[in-house]
Amino acid sequence: MGNTIHIQPLSRIEGHASIKIELDDQGNVDKTITHFSSIRGFEKYVQGKPAEEVTRIVTRICGICPWHHHLASTKAVDGCFNAKVAPAGHMLRECMQNMAHIHDKILHFYFLAGPDFIMGPDSDYSVRNVIGIAKAAPDLAKRVIKMRQLGQMMMEKFAGKVIHPVAAVPGGFSKSMSESQRRSLLNDSRELLDFAKFTIAYAKENIFPRYPDEMTSLGTINTGFIGTVGNDGSLNFYDGDIRLMKPDGSFNDFNAFSYLDHIGEHVVDVSYGKFPYAKSWEEGFSMDLDTPKGIYRSNCLARINVCDGISTPIAQKELEVFRNNFGRPAQHTLLYHWARLIELVYACEKTKELLENNDITGGKHRLNVMPQAGRGVGHVEAPRGTLIHDYTTDDNGCIVTANMIVGTTHNLAPISMSVEQSARLLIKNGKIDEGILNRVEMAVRAYDP
Amino acid sequence: MENDSLLKIAGECLNACSGCEIALLNIGETLLDLLPKLDFVHFPILMDHKYYGQLGEKSAIDIPHAAAGIVSGGIRNEDHLAIATEMRKKCDVLISLGTCATHGGIPAMANAFTTEDLLDQYYTTKSTKPGATIPFNGVPKLLDRCYALDEHIKVDIYLPGCPPHPDQIGGAIFALLRGDKLKLPFRSVCDTCPTIRKGKGNIKQIKRFITTPQFDPQKPIDEMECLLEQGYLCSGPVTKAGCSDGCSGGYSSSYSDEYAKNNGGIPRCLGARVPCRGCYGPVKQDGNQLLDMLNALASNGIDINTLPDRDSLLRFSGAHNRLICKKESNK
Repeated sequence: MGNTIHIQPLSRIEGHASIKIELDDQGNVDKTITHFSSIRGFEKYVQGKPAEEVTRIVTRICGICPWHHHLASTKAVDGCFNAKVAPAGHMLRECMQNMAHIHDKILHFYFLAGPDFIMGPDSDYSVRNVIGIAKAAPDLAKRVIKMRQLGQMMMEKFAGKVIHPVAAVPGGFSKSMSESQRRSLLNDSRELLDFAKFTIAYAKENIFPRYPDEMTSLGTINTGFIGTVGNDGSLNFYDGDIRLMKPDGSFNDFNAFSYLDHIGEHVVDVSYGKFPYAKSWEEGFSMDLDTPKGIYRSNCLARINVCDGISTPIAQKELEVFRNNFGRPAQHTLLYHWARLIELVYACEKTKELLENNDITGGKHRLNVMPQAGRGVGHVEAPRGTLIHDYTTDDNGCIVTANMIVGTTHNLAPISMSVEQSARLLIKNGKIDEGILNRVEMAVRAYDP
Repeated sequence: MENDSLLKIAGECLNACSGCEIALLNIGETLLDLLPKLDFVHFPILMDHKYYGQLGEKSAIDIPHAAAGIVSGGIRNEDHLAIATEMRKKCDVLISLGTCATHGGIPAMANAFTTEDLLDQYYTTKSTKPGATIPFNGVPKLLDRCYALDEHIKVDIYLPGCPPHPDQIGGAIFALLRGDKLKLPFRSVCDTCPTIRKGKGNIKQIKRFITTPQFDPQKPIDEMECLLEQGYLCSGPVTKAGCSDGCSGGYSSSYSDEYAKNNGGIPRCLGARVPCRGCYGPVKQDGNQLLDMLNALASNGIDINTLPDRDSLLRFSGAHNRLICKKESNK
């Protein structure tokens, strides 16, 4: 028996996870195990609660993407109550949904993953973080901190609470947007769009070319992809059909209401988190690196792969550059970072587009709803992937059952595989060092779990 | 600058969602004034210090000594307990950050159920492959319920809020740097709420928040009638103040400046014209939001039987044996 290497905790990620790498007698990788160790059980404790309250409980599934849980949940309750949604309320929700992607992508690129690239994967852990960046590149850090905060502030100054929001309600939105608020937010979105354009140019010039090996080999696996597309097949964060793409690029679109026909969840004994797989491919579940079965990925790279195009001009140009370089579907795991920045541009452009439309300030923002028995499936694209909330209610409009498949969950099997791939790639003859172990984590961080 | 002259900080996120850490970042540009005075020695969401050494070579958890430890999240499993214990051992001052740490928070809603029921539900949902066994291999064993930090370790400073206001986090760090005593709000959300209250209303029943309250969207919030007096359940009377600006003992980040320009000091949810649900926990650290609210409603002549769900009044403060399991899993 050889050694076992423990990486615990995985850091600069949102969740709780650890990695075990078992080496054989020659010091080569025999086996890797990725433990996802957090479980809270929202499915149980929302039972019996008035459904309209659940929209402001499930936000606590994630403090980085609470808006997406809030909105998917609100859409699910609309469905349970058979509620009509006020047109302005619908626009306000879509606007918040896109805005909420902006701060998240800045956070991940600069604060969480960025230190590996800006400071370098082999730099000392004491400086391989955002504080290290603040010292090494103070002007950049200042701008980043300001822009990330602006992404949050613009939501808070309109919607009251940005972390764990409350403003989406069944039937619409809790308040309307005034003309002066619209103009102010529009200005903010322009500033953020400038920053998004700067960021993708900066990354393409200064970051990605510095790491050609990592970009094309680290964590690379061969899988399918999932994401939401609008009627015309274009990228959409808020609404549309779910598109499930096979590794060969062929795909199938379906309405979120029928997700159970397409997605199943596999349970492994080493992880509290469940591992979703493509049930409709009828090939079962396997994380074998050479012949994976039922494995697909979510989050930005997945959305960039499944969409036929992007409806906003600058992001569309970036998509074309990306596809010319890497094809469709692109499988290299570190391309998640590149895809994330295309989405950052899209989120800013889309927010700006929604705020340029005066209809967002007009008409009713909210219609009253009537609690009743029903089933609703609400889905949006959270930063980490297709987010599904599926509720049934009783005659009083209280929750009977709730099922949620959250964005990162789709990626738990792929993350485990990318860990195994990168460990096998990097660990030879018992030689390990901090840089090697950090690179294994970089394969995880690409997924922004 | 010598690292020895800096304030050493260790951070941990236990049974929580990372929202508190995002609130910390929301301090914004003034964070850049704080950072040069701080030395982060352990903080998994932001940096790569590992429990068992950087190569995983140690056999026990080892967190470096720090002047201040910031812990978000409650204690739900054996790992949380071990980490919380180590943080207490290594940190001179321990701050419990956010309502999950101070009162259990939303995850302590689980305390109304047995752990077995919780796990059974999660591993038998309709998308889960039937016949799953509950994970056991290398994952931390769950404790019987979700605990607030001070049920297991001594806490020096309580910063509730879901999430806490960035000014309070910044203010706490600033106070530690200067050796000042931290000033925190001690009143209720209602004391910071600008809505119009006329005294005892004519409301006898509590309405669910499925209709639009009376307010003119074009007019500021101080022209809106109190939502509780409009008949909507609002936990403002029994919830600690702090979510609005100007409650933070004088520390003001760039966050607050920007927000206050647009909002003045308005409780966050009220800013969205939505009633408070109690995310800062009880007004007094050991208060009981459920009992206090039932009292408040009853003394105003409101029929407490019209509340659709009483446990919801403890949705943020279910630790400390406030929320207890009523159902047994006898199948």
